[in-house]
Parts: sequence; C-alpha cells; structure tokens
Amino acid sequence: MLDASLSELSGALGRGTVSSVELTQLFLGRIAQLNGALNAFITVDAERSLGEAREADARRAAGRAGPLTGIPVAHKDIYCTRGMLTTCGSRMLANFTSPYDAHVIERFAAAGAVLLGKTNMDEFAMGSSSETSFFGPVKNPWDAGRVPGGSSGGSAAAVAARMAPAATGTDTGGSIRQPAAFTGVCGLKPTYGVVSRYGMIAFASSLDQGGPMARSAEDLALLMNVMGGHDARDSTSLERAAEDYTRELETPLAGLRIGLPREYFGEGCAPEVLARVREAIAWFEARGARLVELALPNSRLALPVYYVIAPAEASSNLSRYDGVRYGHRATDYADLADMYCRTRAEGFGAEVRRRILIGTYVLSHGYYDAYYLQAQKVRRLIARDFAEAFERCDVIMGPTSPSTAFALGANVDDPVQMYLNDIFTITAPLAGLPALSIPCGFDAAGLPVGLQLTGNHFAEAKLLGVAHRYQQESDWHRRVPSGTPL
Amino acid sequence: MPLSPEQIQHLARLARLAVSPAQAGEARAQLNGVLKLIDELRAVDTAGVEPMSHAVAAQAAAGQRLRADEVTEPDRHAEFQAVAPAVERGLYLVPKVIE
Repeated sequence: MLDASLSELSGALGRGTVSSVELTQLFLGRIAQLNGALNAFITVDAERSLGEAREADARRAAGRAGPLTGIPVAHKDIYCTRGMLTTCGSRMLANFTSPYDAHVIERFAAAGAVLLGKTNMDEFAMGSSSETSFFGPVKNPWDAGRVPGGSSGGSAAAVAARMAPAATGTDTGGSIRQPAAFTGVCGLKPTYGVVSRYGMIAFASSLDQGGPMARSAEDLALLMNVMGGHDARDSTSLERAAEDYTRELETPLAGLRIGLPREYFGEGCAPEVLARVREAIAWFEARGARLVELALPNSRLALPVYYVIAPAEASSNLSRYDGVRYGHRATDYADLADMYCRTRAEGFGAEVRRRILIGTYVLSHGYYDAYYLQAQKVRRLIARDFAEAFERCDVIMGPTSPSTAFALGANVDDPVQMYLNDIFTITAPLAGLPALSIPCGFDAAGLPVGLQLTGNHFAEAKLLGVAHRYQQESDWHRRVPSGTPL
Repeated sequence: MPLSPEQIQHLARLARLAVSPAQAGEARAQLNGVLKLIDELRAVDTAGVEPMSHAVAAQAAAGQRLRADEVTEPDRHAEFQAVAPAVERGLYLVPKVIE
C-alpha cells in the first residue's frame, strides 16, 4: 500500500479494502519511522490528519467520494494552512499560524484529500538543495549524505521515501523539477497562471507557480485535476475552462516531434546524465517519435536574467516582513527603523538576505534600466526562442539538472555554483511554459537522473501523456530508494 | 561592477536589513560573484525589444482584471491580529515614531 499509485489507492478505498483512516495511519507511521533521518516534514499533526481521514471515510460511505477522497497528500510549507503552522522554512515565520487556507489547500480539502503534513524546503523557496531551511537540511533518501535538491526538497524526499503518496511543490526556477530529478520522482511545473498563487507565500511573483509531485505522470494528472483552474483571488490566474489532465494519457507517440536544443547537450553536464537522457530519447525515437535538432541561442542568458528578476521581485515581496503584523519581531531595538532592520536581520537567513540585497541593488536608482528592464527584455528574447522552437516540435527534451544529487554542504558557500544547478530549469518559468521531470535511469553511484520535458503553453496534458507512455514500459519511477526500503 | 563595503551598507539600509561590518565583508565577495554573473546582460543588444513583464502573452494583452467594487470579505481582524507580535485594543503596536 505504501508503494501504490494514486489510482490504485483510489481503487482500494472504493472497494473498501482499506479505509482512509488506515491509509493515513500507515503513512503517519512511515513518517514517524523515517522523518528523524530525512527531515522531510516540518509539521505533522496526526490528530488533524486522522480527523480529515474520518471525514473522508464518512463522505465515501455517503456516496460522495471523488478520485482523491481519503488519499493523504503532503503540502510544501509555503502553502498557507488555516490553524496550522506555515513557516516557509524561515525563522521569520517559525511562529506563524495561518488564519486562512491557500487556494490549493482549499481545492485538496474540497476533493476530500487528507492533509498529511507540511514539508521542509529552502527558506522562502530560495535554494536548490533544501539546505537553507531554518529547520535544518533535508536528506536524500537515495543517499543521506546528499541533498534532495530544492527548494521543494521535503516534498520530493517524502514522495521518494514513500512517506506520502503525493505532495505539492512550487517552482520559480526549478524548485519542483530539480528535486524530483534528484530523488527519482516526477514533478510538473504548470503553465504560469494555471494554478492559483492565492495563499502560496510569494517569492518572485512573475515566475512562481505551484504544481504536483508524485511517483508517476498518471498520478500528476490526477493531482492537476484538483489543483488547476481559475481563482479570482489571484490576479494572474487565467480564466480558462476546466481541463481533464488525464485526457492524453493514452495518446500514441507515433509522429510526436521531439525538439533537442543543442544548448542542453553540451559541456557543463555530467556525461552519465547525458547518457541516460539520450537513452530515453532513443526509446521515444524507436516508438515512432521524430527528433528535431534545434537551437535556443538566448538560453545561455537565462541564468543572469533569472538572477536579476527573481531577486528584484523577492526584495519587493519580502518587504512585507516587518515584525508588525505577523512573524518574528526582534526583542531589542532603539526605534521603529531599528526594529525593522533587526527583525529582518534576525528573521532571514544568509541566502534570503543576499537575494534581498541583490534585488534592492538592481531596482535602485541608476541601475533599474541597466539591470531590471534589460533583464525583462532579454526574458522576451528567451521566450521568443521557445515560440520559434514550438513551431517545429511538440515537446522539448533534455536533462533536468546538469548533475545528479550532490553532497550536503558542497555548494553552500558559493552561491553562483549553487545557481548553476538551475541552468536547464530556469528557462521554462521565464517563458511561462509547462515543464515536467521524470526519472530515466541512474548514474554509477546509484543516484537518479531526471529527463525534462518542456511543452508549449497549456501543453500539460500532452507532456503527461508522453511521460505516461514511457512509464508504461519502464520502471525507473517504481524504484524504491535503497536508504528507505519498504 | 563590484560593490564597495559602503555600497553594501547603503543597500542594507534601503532593504531595512541590519548588516554588521563583519557580515558586510563576508557578503561582499558573494554578492560580487553574483553581480559578475548578471553583468553579462549589459552587453546584450536589446534595441527595439519590449520588456516582458508577464509570462503568458494572452494575460498580458488582457491587462489587469478588475473586480466589482463590492465588499466581499467579512471582518476577521481579531483572527488576523492573533498572529501579530504586539496588539492592543485592535491596534498594532510599534515603537513611538513621533515625539
């Protein structure tokens, strides 16, 4: 049962083989067993989870169950949950009990899913290793000496270690896809505007997007059916008709045009990662897909563009943490200005402070045009490259990350080295495109490798279908981490 | 263009972040590394390119959605103030600003 897919769990609940209370107890037990070693969860409230499970069982008995009713789902601690600690991995919010629910939390509650707990993450989602959390680093279930990726590393580790059948994440520059790749699970960053950002603590508002993490593309589709859709409370939420994200799961691969950008297969990527990705692409070619060589010449500028736009927006968004309305407040201060300065210096960790300073710099008088405006212009050049590419192909494939999971502490002192982990994942959020990471093999050290699939705007169902075909004939996504056997 | 320790203190003031001289020294090398990375942008020819402020063109074209000017939220100030560091009689308390 720990290893079952969402549709298998749904079937078992429907047949009465298992109750939601039993299922929730099973996963709570697994969390109790493993969380001490992995630190994937910040908050677990067993009583609350079991209460929701009892309600789900009652709802099923009353004949009102949906596909996810009674299934436990873990949420990244960036989603506000009413009456529950919501920390965003920061000392600033270490005491913050949210007075309201995020839209995504409301959606899962309405579907009858059980909130299993809140997962650990890089502070304010700023990081690629889940080491910047105030609550300590998350460990990778495949090798506890390595990072799980970030920033949604707690969700990724929880799904990989079978502590949760599914989880939510958020992705600004790769924070769903890179940890999915590092832990051998699947993660989808939807098109910007498809999942409401209401109640999802803001990092970089023009890039942030919530999405699902699970062990298969089919599971992601079921989760997207709950998470996606318009919400008037997010001004960037798109007004589109509801979609069934499972609708292309059975679409044949014949005739699929796979774009291979030469920039994704060059230097700077571990040879073993490239080898696994090329093997996966050859699998698609053998089943009738056509390979299209193409170029994304401006993608080399994506890293500098991202590290202007994201810190700029972050410095603005994080100005709300003032020690007045919620969160941490310093105890010693001389006056109001001093209270702000000390509260923020104490409440934010080093990486968050660094990004606030960079963002303040690129937005400051005399530098705005040279950095922020210029970055927005180059962002358009990057988006244009993708628009041209999607005239010639249906899906772009390449590695999710240039390496497999690295050792804890390996990159903490060198921010630029850490940022290079995002080189293949940052382009999709800049262009607003959906992108998916699925496991496609292992390196010699036994660490998972991720294959990234990027689609045109609103191509989530297509990406999930392509990935599902692959997963029907491969078992990389079913492998259980050696460190956390069933 | 590398930042001087004075510039870092100035940015910290703008960002309302207390930064000690020791922290500023430590931050300087790392910030300058990041600035070197983003300085690559300055050489790119972007003449005639419109800045992209929204990721999805359709949304950018539609502009900001406006809602009707109606009261939609109930009064929940007690709940919201329950998480504030210091509150008295429904007011947020801060250090005295005007003598």
